[in-house]
Order: sequence, then structure tokens, then C-alpha cells
Amino acid sequence: MAYAGDDELLEHVTGKEYEFGFTTNIESDKAPPGLNEGTIRLISQKKNEPEWLLEWRLEAFRIWSEMVEPEWAHVQYEKPDFQAISYYSAPKKKAQLNSLDEVDPELRRTMEKLGISMEEQKRLSGVAVDFVLDSVSVATSFKEKLGELGIIFCSMSDAVQEHPELVKKYLGSVVPKTDNFYAALNSAVFTDGSFCYIPKGVRCPMELSTYFRINEAGTGQFERTLVIADESSYVSYLEGCTAPSRDENQLHAAVVELIALDHAEIKYSTVQNWYPGDENGKGGVFNFVTKRGICHLRSKISWTQVETGSAITWKYPSCILKGDHSVGEFYSVAVTNKRQQADTGTKMIHIGKNTNSTIISKGISSGYSQNSYRGLVQINKSAKNARNFSQCDSLLMTDHCGAHTFPYIEVKNSSAKVEHEATTSKIGEDQIFYCLQRGISEEKAISLIVNGYAKDVLNKLPMEFAVEAQKLLAISLEGSVG
Amino acid sequence: MMTTETVNVQDEKKSAFLGSISSAFQGAETYATLRKSAWDTLSKFAIPGTKTEAWKYTRVGKVINHSWMKSHGNSQINLPEIAIGGLRYVFVDGLFRADLSDELTYPGLNIRRTGENAENNLLGTLSNHQGDWFEALNAAFFNDGLVIEVDKNAQIDRPVHLVFFTSEENTASFSRNVLSLQESSSLHVFTHYIGSEHSTFSSVVTEAFVGKNAALKIDKIQEGNETAFHHVDWTKQDRDSRFDITTVTLKSSWVRNDLNIRVAGENCHSSLTGAYLPSGKEHVDNHTMVDHMVPNCESDEKYKGIVRENATAVFNGKVFVRPDAQKTNAFQQNANIVLDDTATMFSKPELEIYADDVKCSHGSTTGQFDEEAVFYLRARGIGEVMARKLLVEAFLADVITTLSDERLQTYCTEKIQQLMHS
Repeated sequence: MAYAGDDELLEHVTGKEYEFGFTTNIESDKAPPGLNEGTIRLISQKKNEPEWLLEWRLEAFRIWSEMVEPEWAHVQYEKPDFQAISYYSAPKKKAQLNSLDEVDPELRRTMEKLGISMEEQKRLSGVAVDFVLDSVSVATSFKEKLGELGIIFCSMSDAVQEHPELVKKYLGSVVPKTDNFYAALNSAVFTDGSFCYIPKGVRCPMELSTYFRINEAGTGQFERTLVIADESSYVSYLEGCTAPSRDENQLHAAVVELIALDHAEIKYSTVQNWYPGDENGKGGVFNFVTKRGICHLRSKISWTQVETGSAITWKYPSCILKGDHSVGEFYSVAVTNKRQQADTGTKMIHIGKNTNSTIISKGISSGYSQNSYRGLVQINKSAKNARNFSQCDSLLMTDHCGAHTFPYIEVKNSSAKVEHEATTSKIGEDQIFYCLQRGISEEKAISLIVNGYAKDVLNKLPMEFAVEAQKLLAISLEGSVG
Repeated sequence: MMTTETVNVQDEKKSAFLGSISSAFQGAETYATLRKSAWDTLSKFAIPGTKTEAWKYTRVGKVINHSWMKSHGNSQINLPEIAIGGLRYVFVDGLFRADLSDELTYPGLNIRRTGENAENNLLGTLSNHQGDWFEALNAAFFNDGLVIEVDKNAQIDRPVHLVFFTSEENTASFSRNVLSLQESSSLHVFTHYIGSEHSTFSSVVTEAFVGKNAALKIDKIQEGNETAFHHVDWTKQDRDSRFDITTVTLKSSWVRNDLNIRVAGENCHSSLTGAYLPSGKEHVDNHTMVDHMVPNCESDEKYKGIVRENATAVFNGKVFVRPDAQKTNAFQQNANIVLDDTATMFSKPELEIYADDVKCSHGSTTGQFDEEAVFYLRARGIGEVMARKLLVEAFLADVITTLSDERLQTYCTEKIQQLMHS
């Protein structure tokens, strides 16, 4: 069934330029392109790092040099030239800031364009924003308030200086240097990221949030995030990003490690909206991320992600359910449009007894994009009474796109219960028709249907994020029925 | 990353294996082009291992680390008692045995041995072993098999009953069959693979062409004992056709089934069902692929298994919907019961979809017998053993009942009960 004005609508939407496409001109201190031991020594020296960390980086570099770039994902792209990337870039005007007034006006304009004006954030939501612009944290708010509770929330570079014992103990403990090609690369060259430690028995009173942003042309972002929730603590962590419109491909190879000690809970939410490239697939961010958490006794890790950006996404937030009675959750909405390619999913590794995991994945493909769910559920011999439920749905918007499901289910235990189901279908024409009949425009109808379809996941997002995510979904998909 | 050393070990293994096979199976002169390209694949690609996605969960050592001989095909065998009144054709160790078989003539059928008289021009068109090492192995060395053609409009009232026996120790057998159904014809094929107590390897590739408005039903029963089975079925469906296949793997030390269906005509129906119940150290790997190339077709897949003791079962089903295949309706289901902590189940149901107006879904479950159901039965005076028997029967019933002949159903049900309680 075709609707009048379909073509017009399509053209309108596909022709839409990336809304957050702008660049910020801030002088930056930048390393020449290329990667060798010298580059790593330079990064380490610039950041005034201790000897052990330099050794750790160099070891990772040696491992990386012997690795081959993985090709198993259901994506096609031109491999990045690792020697053409500059591995270090820091805004020059870095100073210790106590209030927003001290922030570089250029930066503040950037933030305002992103719709995350700090005053508003502070006033309305009580969110502490650790704003990362090109690898180095520029402003951190609410730090003092968190400090009273003993919560450490700072940039990775600061953590290395101020809390080296924690960093040394946990860095690479969940995602080892040898894990994969991009994790090894990240271990060698990471420049910054966020560090978070919640002490025993503390319930973090606010959502911790970091806005990542790729800015300087040609610099890859190699963020390293480490979240440690000590015994019986709770933290909700938000990560969100938008990036300026660019012609050349930008590489993003982040590593996120979560450690939930006994009885702790970590909720990690992501909204990702990096530049997806133009309608011909030119440009756009390569997002090759390794995210993994480890759950100790009776702890819980919950990943929630809304993925709408990036030209190539290669991302599997995972949970190692090591402790008995631990819980892993993964909620994902992945939207691909134009020529975007996403291969995303999760891994749930059940080791402890009575471990429980839930996977809800909603894929939405439009334009000429390819959207794949790839997930592993592994129940080991020791995981008595382990339980998993997976649901992976795909929604197709046009007849040029693809939606794929590649679940891997490995059961080595006779008391495990594993369920997986997946469906793939078109957006309901009867539903659109119903809305149209009631005077709701097609764009609104689609937004309504898609938001309803993704509700299970959006509900899991913290309030502030949920609103943003809904807007994002609507922007990404309005009228894209073909 | 592979080091040079492992590559060399691989190469040595490969050349030792290919060397012994080719010295045993030399001399086939037919299908020169096919064999040549098969050899190219064999030499170009490495033996599938953990890094080969399609063979990820299946170790091939049982086949590769063995030096196989060719049988003379004249050993004495006892044919199984199962009779379904079909036209019976018997192969022993890969070679046709006229003395045990019915006449190769029947109204509506045109049956000859593969490679007899002229080369069959359909052979090798579906199974072109692009990249699959084991299919190439079959293409390079097959030396017998049947080509069965069904005339236009012929409804064959008797099933074709193929028996593939392996008997002689350390022998490998490579057979190749072609089934070709002309327009509006129908055929039921029952293939019984019977292995022996000795180490043997049986590789059978069957290519089926289902013409317009034709219907083909294949029932496959595999009883391998110590025999390693590699069975590949390729089917191409023309418009308005129907293809049903049921694969029951009762017992075999090592099984790899590849089932590929190419739905090339509109308005087709394909149904794939399978049951497996490996125990001991057995390994059963079922790979299926339904390639929806055109619009308005439906496929229905259901595989069920019970994995016990140290056994491993693999299910990897793929539904592939090409960009033009609108209105495809595809369903895939895999249900497993794992009975011991030493048993392993790998399930990988995949959907790869490039068309939007489709309804595709899949489900996979792995669990145990419902203890409440056991309790229910016991509360009604049914002993525990009997109760579990009933539950096994019920669990596998929707696969077993797709076997076309009641005698086959009874045969399988009885065998399953014997196996489960041995």
C-alpha cells in the first residue's frame, strides 16, 4: 500500500543533513599521525604517567602489532589506516575550572548546540556532567558533592595520578590487552576517559554522565572507561555522544570495563549518535567498541543502549556472570539508516550458580542500511540453574535494507533454561493506516509506532535520557517508510 | 593469528589425508570438470576448523586423522527388517548392489546409476562446493549413486527406498545422487543410512530438483554406530512446488548434515524437520539453509533434540531472504533438552533478511524435562520410567509424525525408546 506524498517524505528525510554537524575551532595540542613505540611514549609522557602504565601500554602495542584486524562481523568498510591517525590531541586551554563561567566560550556554544547546556543540566536534572572534548576532560561538575560520599568520578588521567592503586588493580581486568584487535589498540594508545569508583555501601545519588565528542579532524578517539562499584553500592552511569559532520572516516575504539563487586549494581546507559555518513555512505564514524562487565556475588550489571549513529558499529556490551546469583541485562535499540552498518549485540557468560540474564534487542533498519544482532549466551558447566531469556526483534522500513539475527547459544549444563526468540517484520501498514484515519500524520504515526516498538528498552533509560532518545528515534526515522 | 608452524602442520595433515584418499579412490574418469574444480577447492582451502564459521563447533579429526580405504563392496550384509513396500536400492560401502536391489525400472521413473552412459548435466549444478571443503571431497571422489528422474505428471505410488550401508572396517564411501522431478510429479524417498560397528566414513551428496507444481518428500533415518556421516542435501524448488524433509539421527559417532534449499520459484512450500538424540561421545551437527530467492514462499523448520552423557549437538539454521523475496513467511524453531552436565548443546538459529515485507521468526530453547509434567503423570499412577518415556515421545512427536509412513514412525519411536533406556 502506498501513501500519497511518500516520495516527497522520503526525500525530505533522507535529504536531511546531520543535525549536529558543526565543528568547534579550538586550538589543540596534537601529535603527528602515526603509531609506533615513540607515539606511545609521547602519550604517556604528555600525561605524566607512571612507569608501570607505560610498560602496560607498550606490552599492549606489541600484542596489537601481531594481531590481525577481525573480519567476521557482518559489515563492509574500508579498513582504517592506523598510521594516518593522530593518537593524541588535547585542547590547549586547559585550566582548573570551578564554575561554568571559566569554560571556554567556544566550548560552551558547542554544548549549547548539543542541547546539554550545563546550567540547565544542573538545575533541572541534578546530573553531574564530565564533558569530554577530544580526549581530555574539560569540566567536571558536582565533583565536590560526590566527594563527600567518597565517590570518585574523574577523568582517567586524573585517576592515574590520584588513585593509581585502583587503576592498577582493575585496568584490563575485565577486558585484557589480548582480548581483541581494537581492545589491544585502545590499551596501547588510550588518551582519556572516565573513571568512577563507588565505595562500599554507597548508593550514588545522581546519574553520572559523560558526553563524549569527537572533534579534531583526523583524531581517533580511544577512550578508556572504568567503573568500579564496590560491595553493596549502586551507580547509574550515562554515556552519550554526537559528533560533527566530517568527510573522512573517524575511528573510535573505546574500551569500557565495569566491575560490580558483591551485592553491587551498575546501570550503564548509552545514547550514541555519531555522524553516520552521508546518503552515499561517505564519511561517518567507525565505532569499534569493547564493553564488558564482570558480576560478582549477587551483583547486577544492566546495559541499555540506543544506537542511532556511526557509519559502522561493532559493539557487544557483555556480562561475565561470575558470582552466584548475579544478574546481567542488555537492552538495546539500534537504528540504522542510509548506508549505516551495525553489528551489535551482547555476550552473557554464565559461570556462577543461579545466574540470570535477559536480552532485549530491537533493531530498526531503513534506507540502504544493514542491521545485525549478534549475541552469545554461554552457560558453563558450573552455572547450575542458570536462566536466560532473549528476544531480538527487527523492524524493516524499506526494501533495500537488511535485518539479520545471529544468536549463538552454548549450553553445557543440564539445569539451565535458555530461551531465544526473534522476529523480523515490516512496520505495520494497518497501524499506520489506523493512525492516519485518526488524523495523525504519517511522520507522527511512524514515530509513535517505533517508540512503542522500542518501549521495552526506552523504559529502561533514566528519565533525562529517555526523552532525548525518543527525540533521536523520531529524527532518525521520520517518514522513512518506503 | 596462525603461525607458520600451525600452517605447516595443517598442510601436512591435509596432504597426508588427501594422499591416502586419492590413492584409494583414483581412476574415476567421469565428471572431469567437476572433479577438477573440486580439487582446486581441496588444495586452496584449509581443512575446516574452529576458525571456519560453518564448522566452528565440529571437530573433523575423526575423519581427517584416519587413512581410509576403498571397499570392494561385496561384503555380506543383513538387510534391516524395515520394509515400507518401496522400490529398494541398496548401496554397500558406497557401491550399488544389484543383487540386493529391485529392478531399476518402474513406470514413471527413469533410474540409472550416476555416471552410467552419459554424465548427468544436473549433477554438480547445486552442490558446486564453493568453499565447502567436505562437499568438494565428495565431488572429487564419488564413484556411485543414483540418478532418479520422475516423468511429467507422474505420481509415483511406491516410495523409493534407498539403503546406504557401511560395513568394512576403515573404508570410506562417497556417493552422489540426483533426484529430478518434472512438472506436476510427486515422489516419496526414504533414505536409510546404516553404519557399522567399525570405523567407517560415509559421504553422500544428494541434489534434488523439484519442478513446477511437483512434490518431493524425503525421509532420512541415520543409524551410524561407529560410522562418521557427512550428508549433504541440496534442493532447488521451482514454482508452486512442495518439498518436505525429515531427518532423524538415531545414533552415530559423528554426523554432519548439511541441508540447503534454494527456493527459486514463487509460491513454494518448504518444510524441514529433524530430531537427534546423541549420547555417549557422539556428535551431531545439523546445518540448514533456506535461501528465499523469490517472493510469496513459505518455509517451516523444526529441529528437536535430546542431548545426553558426553554428547554434543549442534544446530545451525539459516533463513536467507533476498531483496526481491517479498511476502516471505519463514519460521524456524529449535528445541533442546540437555540431560547431563557433561552434554553440550550449541544452537545458532540465524536470520539474514534483505526484504522488508516479510514475516520471519525463529525461536530456540534449551532446557530440561518439565518436572511438573513428570509429577502429573506419576500422580496418576504412572511409574517414573514410563512417565519419562512418554515425555520423550511427546517431545519428539511433532518431528517423528512428519515421517510419511506410519511404519517409519513406529520404527523410530521404538528405536528412540530403546536408545533412551539402554
